[in-house]
Amino acid sequence: MAPAEPAIDLGNLEFSWPGKPLLLSIERFTVAAGERIFLRGPSGSGKSTLLGLIGGVLVPQHGSIRVLGTDLTRLAASDRDRFRGEHIGFIFQMFNLIPYLSVLENVLLPARFSPARALRLGGPDLAAEGGRLLAALGLGAEQYLHRPVTELSIGQQQRVAAARALLGRPAVVVADEPTSALDHDARENFLALLINECRAQSSALVFVSHDTSLAPLFDRSVSLAELNRATSVAA
Amino acid sequence: MPTLSLALRSIWNRRATALLTIFAIAVSVTLLLGVQKLRVAAKDGFANTVSGVDLIVGARSGPLNLLLYSVFRVGDATANVSWDSYQKIARHPDVAWTIPISLGDSHRGFRVMGTTLDYFRHYHFAGSRELRFAAGKPFEDLYDAVLGADVAEQLRYRLGDPIVIAHGIGNVSFANHDDKPFRVVGILARTGTPVDRTVHVSLEAITAIHIDWQSGAQAMPGQRVTAEAARSRELQPDSITAFMVGMQSKVMTFTMQRAINEYRLEPMLAIIPGVALSQLWSLVGIADTALMIVAAFVVLAGLLGMVTAILTSLQERRREMAILRSVGARPRHVFALMIIESVALALAGVLLGVCLTYGALYLGQPLLQSRFGIFVAIGGLNAYDFAILGSIIAAAFLMGVLPAWRAYRNTLSDGLTLRI
Repeated sequence: MAPAEPAIDLGNLEFSWPGKPLLLSIERFTVAAGERIFLRGPSGSGKSTLLGLIGGVLVPQHGSIRVLGTDLTRLAASDRDRFRGEHIGFIFQMFNLIPYLSVLENVLLPARFSPARALRLGGPDLAAEGGRLLAALGLGAEQYLHRPVTELSIGQQQRVAAARALLGRPAVVVADEPTSALDHDARENFLALLINECRAQSSALVFVSHDTSLAPLFDRSVSLAELNRATSVAA
Repeated sequence: MPTLSLALRSIWNRRATALLTIFAIAVSVTLLLGVQKLRVAAKDGFANTVSGVDLIVGARSGPLNLLLYSVFRVGDATANVSWDSYQKIARHPDVAWTIPISLGDSHRGFRVMGTTLDYFRHYHFAGSRELRFAAGKPFEDLYDAVLGADVAEQLRYRLGDPIVIAHGIGNVSFANHDDKPFRVVGILARTGTPVDRTVHVSLEAITAIHIDWQSGAQAMPGQRVTAEAARSRELQPDSITAFMVGMQSKVMTFTMQRAINEYRLEPMLAIIPGVALSQLWSLVGIADTALMIVAAFVVLAGLLGMVTAILTSLQERRREMAILRSVGARPRHVFALMIIESVALALAGVLLGVCLTYGALYLGQPLLQSRFGIFVAIGGLNAYDFAILGSIIAAAFLMGVLPAWRAYRNTLSDGLTLRI
């Protein structure tokens, strides 16, 4: 793929849940490679649905979803799953981690399902790369690696989730209100680390939040309400 | 397989519930295997009740009736075999030996059997095991008695103890042969067969205690014969209840059987013990089939419990599934995760169940042997056992499809939405 290829490119997208009115109608939404986008919108505005579409879990009724030039709507379901595992990292609002795995195992989880993502790391072995990411996100101390994730604070858990999303240098990182459960200082801290690491790996970042005070930290800020032409949205 | 270790870690994370589930399956497997082992042991033990005997001959009746009273000491003979007919067969050149049996009396609920010393020589059980004496020796004197192991143990008899034989076979008898008491001279080692519940005396002794009896009642006082006086009388019986035959050559067995059954001077019946035993087992064996069915249903209940536990856990694991989806897991991975969980739990249950079974067998073997006369061989698992265990795992797999399918459907509808 050419480096100039946009990370995400949605065109004439229409989506509605079965039997429900039109939820999303987006003429065009593009995220350039390595670009960091702040996507704001109140809850219920279809944010999670949009992320599901980008992740290839949902399929729109109309339009195209190009991620790194690949139109997800033309892929079979299992290929979309593989594509997601290979190229997209997700961070959710909270409870991101598998409770019965250690910190390091949680970070290395994508490598289990996507050999391509593990291979992309090339030189360093997986555990070392996991440790590097955790260190970059402020969880470098050896003591964290093999701890049960349930012993971590919420802020630490979110950083583990960020390390997992970044593992294997995915082209796109999607974060769905990852800071809403954090207090102010932890929020700034987390965001700085996340943006730093995305820049270092040149991963595009789609950061969804309703907290507009964070917007200045990003390359661009987009309002979903303005983007979405569907009128039925109770925004 | 990215899911195998995940599934196992997930089970470990819920180990309290998992352990209970495994234990429930293990107990049911133990029951099933135990019943299976016991029924094999019971069947073998049954078939081993008598061996080395080629024919059993009695007055003409049904084969099962003859088998029951001659070997199992259950029921009564309808008629006797005359001494002449017995002698005729016993002296036949093809016949190697015979064991005459005279039944009809009892001692405190245990049957008394009159026989000869050939009984201790030729009677075998469980393949080629001979009758052994735990104490004492065979009867010599007219009023000597040899006890089976159960008789001696339950009635606490020792060598030299006097015993009185009752007329008839009721548990409580009002007509006793108390004028001619016997003395215990031998106690047989345990056999696990009806021999253990038998009091053995000589054929002549049976004649002696009935010498002054007519029509089921003893003669008037004054016409009675004392124990000592009886010794000098003619004690050869007119008839016996039945007799066992050992042939010179096994191939002659059928010929002899037919000859006896067609004997014109006296209606007699000859049976081959092995054939009659398997006929009898086909009647008795229904009970253990029923037991086996019950055990199978207990296993089914154990597996249903497992599926219930997994289904209950699904709701709280939806988040976990969404996380796995977000890192590239396909719905079929989720399906596999749940199936692996079912099979792993069942496998652990089966393994634990096998261990419990063998533990129970080691502990219970002496007890079963001594109390019930059932010898349970602690061998390895046979092909049938493996088939049983394999079908339990297969059943777990099939039943695991239900929660797996539910999780699969949840995963498709949840997508990346973290439902809490």
